[in-house]
Amino acid sequence: MNANLLPTGSVYFMPSQTEAEERRTLTVLVDNEPGVLARVVGLFSARGFNIDSLTVSETEHDKHRSRITVVTVATPKVLSQIKLQLERLVPVHKVHDLTQEGSAIERELALVKVAGSGDSRVEALRLADAFRAQVIDATTESFVFEITGKSSKVEQFVALMVPLGLVEVVRTGLAAITRGPEGM
Amino acid sequence: MAEQMTGAEMVVQALIDQGVEHMFGYPGGAVLPIYDAIFQQDKVRHVLVRHEQGATHMAEGYARSTGKCGVVLVTSGPGATNAVTGLTDALLDSIPLVCISGQVATPLIGSDAFQECDTVGITRNCTKHNYLVKSIEDLPRILHEAFYIATSGRPGPVVIDIPKDVQFALGTYHKPQARPSHPTYKPQIEGDLEAIKVAVDLMLRAERPVFYTGGGVINSGAEASRTLRELAELTGFPVTSTLMGLGAYPASGSQWLGMLGMHGTYEANMAMHDCDLMICLGARFDDRITGRIDAFSPDSRKIHVDIDPSSINKNIMVDIPIVGDVNQVMEEMIRIWRAKTNQPRTEAIAPWWKEIEKWRRVNSLGFTNSDTIIKPQHAIQRLYEATKGRDVYITTEVGQHQMWAAQHFHFDQPNRWMTSGGLGTMGYGLPAAIGVQVAHPDALVIDIAGEASVQMTMQEMSTALQYELPVKIFILNNEYMGMVRQWQELLHGGRYSHSYSDALPDFVKLAEAYGGHGIRCSDPAKLDSAIDEMINIRKPVIFDCRVSKEENCFPMIPSGKPHNEMILPDTADIGSIIDERGKVLV
Ligand SMILES: Cc1cc2nc3c(=O)[nH]c(=O)nc-3n(C[C@H](O)[C@H](O)[C@H](O)COP(=O)(O)OP(=O)(O)OC[C@H]3O[C@@H](n4cnc5c(N)ncnc54)[C@H](O)[C@@H]3O)c2cc1C
Ligand SMILES: Cc1ncc(C[n+]2csc(CCOP(=O)(O)OP(=O)(O)O)c2C)c(N)n1
Ligand SMILES: [Mg+2]
Repeated sequence: MNANLLPTGSVYFMPSQTEAEERRTLTVLVDNEPGVLARVVGLFSARGFNIDSLTVSETEHDKHRSRITVVTVATPKVLSQIKLQLERLVPVHKVHDLTQEGSAIERELALVKVAGSGDSRVEALRLADAFRAQVIDATTESFVFEITGKSSKVEQFVALMVPLGLVEVVRTGLAAITRGPEGM
Repeated sequence: MAEQMTGAEMVVQALIDQGVEHMFGYPGGAVLPIYDAIFQQDKVRHVLVRHEQGATHMAEGYARSTGKCGVVLVTSGPGATNAVTGLTDALLDSIPLVCISGQVATPLIGSDAFQECDTVGITRNCTKHNYLVKSIEDLPRILHEAFYIATSGRPGPVVIDIPKDVQFALGTYHKPQARPSHPTYKPQIEGDLEAIKVAVDLMLRAERPVFYTGGGVINSGAEASRTLRELAELTGFPVTSTLMGLGAYPASGSQWLGMLGMHGTYEANMAMHDCDLMICLGARFDDRITGRIDAFSPDSRKIHVDIDPSSINKNIMVDIPIVGDVNQVMEEMIRIWRAKTNQPRTEAIAPWWKEIEKWRRVNSLGFTNSDTIIKPQHAIQRLYEATKGRDVYITTEVGQHQMWAAQHFHFDQPNRWMTSGGLGTMGYGLPAAIGVQVAHPDALVIDIAGEASVQMTMQEMSTALQYELPVKIFILNNEYMGMVRQWQELLHGGRYSHSYSDALPDFVKLAEAYGGHGIRCSDPAKLDSAIDEMINIRKPVIFDCRVSKEENCFPMIPSGKPHNEMILPDTADIGSIIDERGKVLV
């Protein structure tokens, strides 16, 4: 608490308009009661916050506790509001900013359907192998690949599939966890 | 103590166990079991309203004037949707409410059943929390939890939506916990001691300090107003307040600067602009206060005490954030200050007070009075003089009259001033006055109204008559939506698009039609006796006070302007100030 030693932290000295936006992964620990997801998502839309990715599932069945992983993009000031507003919701236990708290591991799963024949079919298989994507369905003219990894890897794989006959993609959104022995 | 009863009986029993004496509601199919349970007891008194919006504002007035939780009961569908405005109003003004709504039976939910609406969906963003009770087992816990959440931390409205089959179901009731707690909801009451010490250090060194107080001091309870007075006296610092905090520090106190913000006094806004230390106590840096954010009090350090962490650094970045109950934090401040000195900083801040005195001499609330026509400001001043020394509670509608009431009616005690600040809901004042009168049957309760606003909930006159609640509606009738007209004059070239109050009812006859008493006055010479007539009648009164039509409400900080660029009334004494300040008038 040395704010009294610094120049005043008043906003007038911070041109807030030009503040750069940052991408953050937040973990929201909630009681899995009815409507809790609507509360969280409703808060983002009501207050004009962005959601880039959203992943939800009950993670501790005995305690009825769910983990919501949200990826959002905002200025630092808005990010702090997002966290405080989320924590204000009654069923929210805690909000962790994984990006800020240190190196978190982030993974996403995607199912990618590609249709084609001849060279492009061979090329798709070759690339899938290089990306360690699994073939989980195959016909003579199509594949469904399952790929897991960082979002950037998934993006890259999908981009490569476009010229090779990409039909559709479904992604789970991000799951993220901190490294090391400690839990939340 | 466990007891078997129906869901409907649990509702009433929980209200009794929560100490509820009055509730405001309107029946319908989906709440009939609860109405049946109400019928069979006499501990909780039910006030039948004329529109569910009225019920919510009555509960707000009741809550704000007593410090207790307001309780509302509405039916499903239209009953619930009619309550939405009042719930939103309570959310923005931090008023504790519990609103119980009926819902169609659980097997019918989602089938577009008769009078079904998604009440929890609709009210999710206009309540502090809400519940759909799906099973009788959950009902007692939810009922008690709702009161805990509504009244603790930053207060707010909570909705409990109860399907009809749950109201009929038998279950086991249990009493509230003596010390309620919740697994995830844990408001922080105690402020961080280190931060409070730093704050007091800054206060002990300040040369141009100001207390900026708000509705949080009222929320914190009557004790907080006493603590604020002690803190003010101990430090000798000037005090201003938002619209929502009026009465926490007495208007008759020598350190009082008047209200701040868009229609606040010159001295309050200049003190905010020029201070070197701002101590914000339970206020939320609303845009009516800050004006242009980047020009708001540029040279001050800011201490912000608030129970809601999300209020801090939301609009204005502060130097010393303190999350906690404002009464507790002020008590700590007093203790720490006393440990260092028993002296106010009288000498050190004498030059600051001198400057403030100069601003005071501007007389920013001045207006040109008239012998022939009643000026609205004058009407409020006369009303204030006539009711001085009485046990008086004021509510307002929304508009110019609301601001004139805030400027010219003076409050020496908390919980005496009920107004819709955050949402600015026209139609708030009359039902709020009824709610206040229910809580304080012998008090003088006056709704300072505009002729446009009051027509939004006028039907509650009938409620006032039914329950013999002698509320007074004092209408400053300017035949305009004055506040709208003023903005159109300032910003839209005086094109008064749809802001004229045409085809007004005869308010005197209207009062009589309801069984109340009507008074009309347009002559300044007769105003005092007309006001006395109103005060002395033990009946609801509508007072049609005909005032000058095109009066503007000044002073005013135009939106997007900094505090030191206020528009002052043309009567302001700016002689000695204008040289220093350059363009005070814009
Ligand atoms: C036409 C119109 C004109 C207006 N003009 C003005 C004007 O000129 N000046 C003005 O002041 N307002 C004006 N208002 C009102 C304005 O819109 C806001 O409602 C008001 O300024 C907010 O007051 P507040 O900051 O005290 O906050 P409130 O809305 O009262 O909020 C209270 C704050 O205190 C906190 N709190 C609650 N309980 C506690 C506790 N126990 N301990 C600590 N903190 C607590 C809350 O978290 C919150 O941050 C106007 C409204 C209308 C309709
Ligand atoms: C429900 C609602 N609708 C619209 C408004 C916008 N509004 C604010 S003040 C006002 C005019 C109020 O007129 P009146 O009650 O006559 O008060 P006056 O300003 O004339 O004193 C209006 C329309 C509002 N605040 N609330
Ligand atoms: Mg009017």
